[in-house]
Amino acid sequence: MSLDATEVEKIAHLARLAIDEKDVGDYAQNLSNILELVEQMNAVDTKDVEPMAHSFDLSQRLRADEVTETDQREHFQEHAPKVEDGLFLVPQVIE
Amino acid sequence: MYSKTVAELSAGLQQGDFSSEELTQAYLERIKHLGDELNCFITITGDQALQAAKEADQLRSQGKAGPLTGVPMAHKDIFCTEGVKTSCGSKMLDNFIAPYNASVVERLNYAGMVMLGKTNMDEFAMGSSNETSFYGPVKNPWDLKAVPGGSSGGSASVVAAQLVPISTGTDTGGSIRQPAALCGITGLKPTYGRVSRYGMIAFASSLDQAGPMAKTAEDAAMMLTAMSGFDPRDSTCVDREVPDYTANLNDSVKGLKIGIPKEFFGEGLDAGVADAVQAALREYEDLGAELVDISLPNSGLSVPTYYVIAPAECSSNLSRFDGVRFGYRCENPVDLQDLYKRSRGEGFGPEVKRRIMIGAYALSAGYYDAYYIKAQQIRRLISDDFKQAFEKVDVIMGPTAPSTAFNIGEKSDDPVRMYLSDIYTIAVNLAGLPGMSVPAGLVEGRPVGLQMIGNYFDESRLLNVAHKFQQATDFHKNVAEAYK
Repeated sequence: MSLDATEVEKIAHLARLAIDEKDVGDYAQNLSNILELVEQMNAVDTKDVEPMAHSFDLSQRLRADEVTETDQREHFQEHAPKVEDGLFLVPQVIE
Repeated sequence: MYSKTVAELSAGLQQGDFSSEELTQAYLERIKHLGDELNCFITITGDQALQAAKEADQLRSQGKAGPLTGVPMAHKDIFCTEGVKTSCGSKMLDNFIAPYNASVVERLNYAGMVMLGKTNMDEFAMGSSNETSFYGPVKNPWDLKAVPGGSSGGSASVVAAQLVPISTGTDTGGSIRQPAALCGITGLKPTYGRVSRYGMIAFASSLDQAGPMAKTAEDAAMMLTAMSGFDPRDSTCVDREVPDYTANLNDSVKGLKIGIPKEFFGEGLDAGVADAVQAALREYEDLGAELVDISLPNSGLSVPTYYVIAPAECSSNLSRFDGVRFGYRCENPVDLQDLYKRSRGEGFGPEVKRRIMIGAYALSAGYYDAYYIKAQQIRRLISDDFKQAFEKVDVIMGPTAPSTAFNIGEKSDDPVRMYLSDIYTIAVNLAGLPGMSVPAGLVEGRPVGLQMIGNYFDESRLLNVAHKFQQATDFHKNVAEAYK
């Protein structure tokens, strides 16, 4: 599988990554090489093999639905790029 | 003082030969003197260290000291440390002061260890040479032209150069074992779930695991005992009793069955490394162990499989870095989309961007089954190979890495070539097994690592097997001339 510049730009958009125009070619080349490596997987027949997501195939632990965290909003917002009145600020979304 | 192991420092503190404050001062001096040329620290926490050392001395005077109380150490900069910069080797987190402690940090603080600083690493732990760090590459103490390995390169370099007696690392595809091998130290990646991942910045959550990087197996055992254990804040942390990992170090290895996978000795393995590993295996035979030929037929697919699973998980985990709540934000975003894209585009380095894109691609509509499901199926085959092998043998051994340390710049332009440096370590993460690397001599002045793989939760045996080797050989005592 080899990726061209248009596909790289599409993936970069999906991943919300700004990529310099001049670097798109390099990314296309490197990503294609990685996909070529990955395609070695096709040499193996995996019909009826159960996918393994996790080392122990454990189910998620559950806990009682109780409040365990204390409110530390001010502490956590100390290093936020932009906050006001306890809110994170972003550029205007709704006109 | 700095040539002592943690076990020796612990005894010295206990006997009153020196105080933790004196010890900490001495290490900080040495770091000041030698740290820059190795570029191995991102942050040095001198004032906090001296304060912690004083507190450790006070605890000792009250008779409340444990084996690690007052012993200096360093954390890989992937662990959140409250009030201290936690960068993960990235521009994205260059301004991030962690608001809380990782579980590992909490546990080692509780054990009384004294943190001297945070070590340099590949950006978000993605790399095998430390060259992807925003802070520049770490140097290998054995040759400043050589890479220390990665991603825990700083943690390996500081121990090898004796700037710190022991450090923490994390291992997603070999990031403890490979740098341990390339720098000539002892590193252990525990069973997945043994050590809490809470507060350890996530790369690939089903593979990441923290462990000790040390001068000896005995030291690693001491710190692993303190690091391990159940933590409800990590949903994959296993609730299982933590043994004293130092208790069985001296057990005999007579009759131990060591599996030798033929796939680990094939094409691509450097001849000098192969010789050193074979010599180490003969040493085990002399100690009474039995070598058994085994096969891990699917292990050759571990690198391709990993480069679907790890990027897929990373693309999801790293979506939290969006320039809104913490970390880097671009200048003057015109709208929300621009804020996300430029903050991420400018905040992440090229290797991280490549992996995010591979992951996003593998998970995207139409490709999910062909890549992600396929990789998870092969993951099971790789894991089953180990299960079968462990029916016949107690441990598995082979080389940690296919070559000794390569030079800075040698592979950095070719991601796929770089990925192959983890060819022998990745399968262990996919299966979730514990693995170690111990020094097995030098080839042309650069260290070789012997890899040992154990069955699930068999860290005690791995440490015992490594310790017996270190009792019989002196490879772990090798230190580069300039850092003796």
